[in-house]
Amino acid sequence: MIDLDRLYRQERGRVLASLIRLLGGFDLAEEALAEAFLAAAQQWPQSGVPANPRAWLVSAGRFKIIDRLRRRSRFKALSPELQRQIEGEEPPMPEDRETIADDTLRLIFTCCHPALPGDTQVAMTLREVCGLTTEEIATAFLAKPATIAQRIVRAKTRIRDANLPYQVPEPAEWAERLDAVLHTIYLIFNEGYEASHGEALLRRELSQEAIRLARLLVTLHPDAEAEGLLALLLLHEARAAARTDAAGDLVLLPDQDRTLWNTDLIAEGIAHARAALARPPVGVYTLQALIASEHMRAATAAATDWNAISDLYDLLATADRSPVVALNRAVAIAMRDGPEAGLDLIAPLIASPLATYRFAHAAKADLLRRAGRWSEARDAYQAALALTEQTAERRYLEKRLREMAD
Amino acid sequence: MRYLCLVHFDVNILLAMTPEERQDLDRRSIAYDEDLRRRGAFLRSDALEGPDAAVLVRRRDGQTLASDGPYLETKEQMGGFILIEARDLNEAVDLAAGIPIAAFGTIEVRPVYLIPTPP
Repeated sequence: MIDLDRLYRQERGRVLASLIRLLGGFDLAEEALAEAFLAAAQQWPQSGVPANPRAWLVSAGRFKIIDRLRRRSRFKALSPELQRQIEGEEPPMPEDRETIADDTLRLIFTCCHPALPGDTQVAMTLREVCGLTTEEIATAFLAKPATIAQRIVRAKTRIRDANLPYQVPEPAEWAERLDAVLHTIYLIFNEGYEASHGEALLRRELSQEAIRLARLLVTLHPDAEAEGLLALLLLHEARAAARTDAAGDLVLLPDQDRTLWNTDLIAEGIAHARAALARPPVGVYTLQALIASEHMRAATAAATDWNAISDLYDLLATADRSPVVALNRAVAIAMRDGPEAGLDLIAPLIASPLATYRFAHAAKADLLRRAGRWSEARDAYQAALALTEQTAERRYLEKRLREMAD
Repeated sequence: MRYLCLVHFDVNILLAMTPEERQDLDRRSIAYDEDLRRRGAFLRSDALEGPDAAVLVRRRDGQTLASDGPYLETKEQMGGFILIEARDLNEAVDLAAGIPIAAFGTIEVRPVYLIPTPP
């Protein structure tokens, strides 16, 4: 029995990537892709799956399109270059691993092109590279399918009209362009991991997709920051089972049952973090992965090396001046030097940039509680609660409030 | 997934065409159905008589009520449909965009709703 659905998910991104190069754009390539999988569905049950299904799909798609364009006499309407490109020399055989790798990289870079808005980069990457349907993306982001569909249509128009190059960026712009790709992967992961509005489930798949993408990226183009990101995602994912209790309530890192952590993922994550560290300059994802490594190396929460973590946060805060990083640094320093030291650092953050950031109020509340300043802690938990929609997080905050009432 | 592409257009545009232009449009429309069929995306299509040929039917209190169309006075009227099979909404949108009448009319793409089987 041939599992075409599984094959589709596995191969779609790569076959599409090669077809875009061979046919010069998304529109013809997607048409060719549909034809290729249709042909596979008709022929493979009898003939069996070919030795190299990817190469088969690419050449079947390309052939069908040439045939169709001729029939529709649309071929003559194409520019002479495109005619040559499509019909031209035998296509570079797609079983060439390097060509396939480059095609996929090109597709990832195109989907994450800085000319596209952030949420569009995410939707394009999930659909074109990961093979999710418009409807699945909409479900995962709690959006209407029609909204996601329009976003994708606009992105493709943009790519075509602005003639965004379908290529791996030049070394000069590599770092900046890679940043956009890593950020997209990070957003996809977080959307699955945090499930920021509503209940989880299907959204967990997003985290898996993000890890798959990060792995793919590291395989396609070894880069220290890409590897740092992969490490970070693996280390987060390793804790997934311990993040909520049986009732679905959120369990914070210090209270997590460490026997639920996935030791394989931890080992793999730490190995990638070290490999990334060995190739300076050390980027922000690598630093975050190293911080996570420190947490997860400790046998118990009490055994955590807060000196090492605070030092890493100092480095991270220099590389990334975002207030959220400053908040996390404050929490680490509070663990090293006591709650009052952390509260001093948090006060200016809550005063302006993080005034409506729920985690800032929750962190402040936790520190006040540890300092024994009960009534201030209660106020801070109330402030956090007022900003929180996510059910598991709400229950966590309510539990803390109840505990303090006792 | 199945999607119904409802083809809306201003009939005055068709009436203003020369016979040759009309034939060309018809030929391209039929050819596009054939294209969709070859792609495995075609389920069924039909053109419709104009809204003045419509009968509007309602049942109220056990009585069947019939009245003349058109129900709504809008410039563009539904003049046909194509039911397609597509992987997702964006593929359906791409297929709808290829319908020749999309060049001057509007194609409304509606996902088919699967009525849950009653227990």
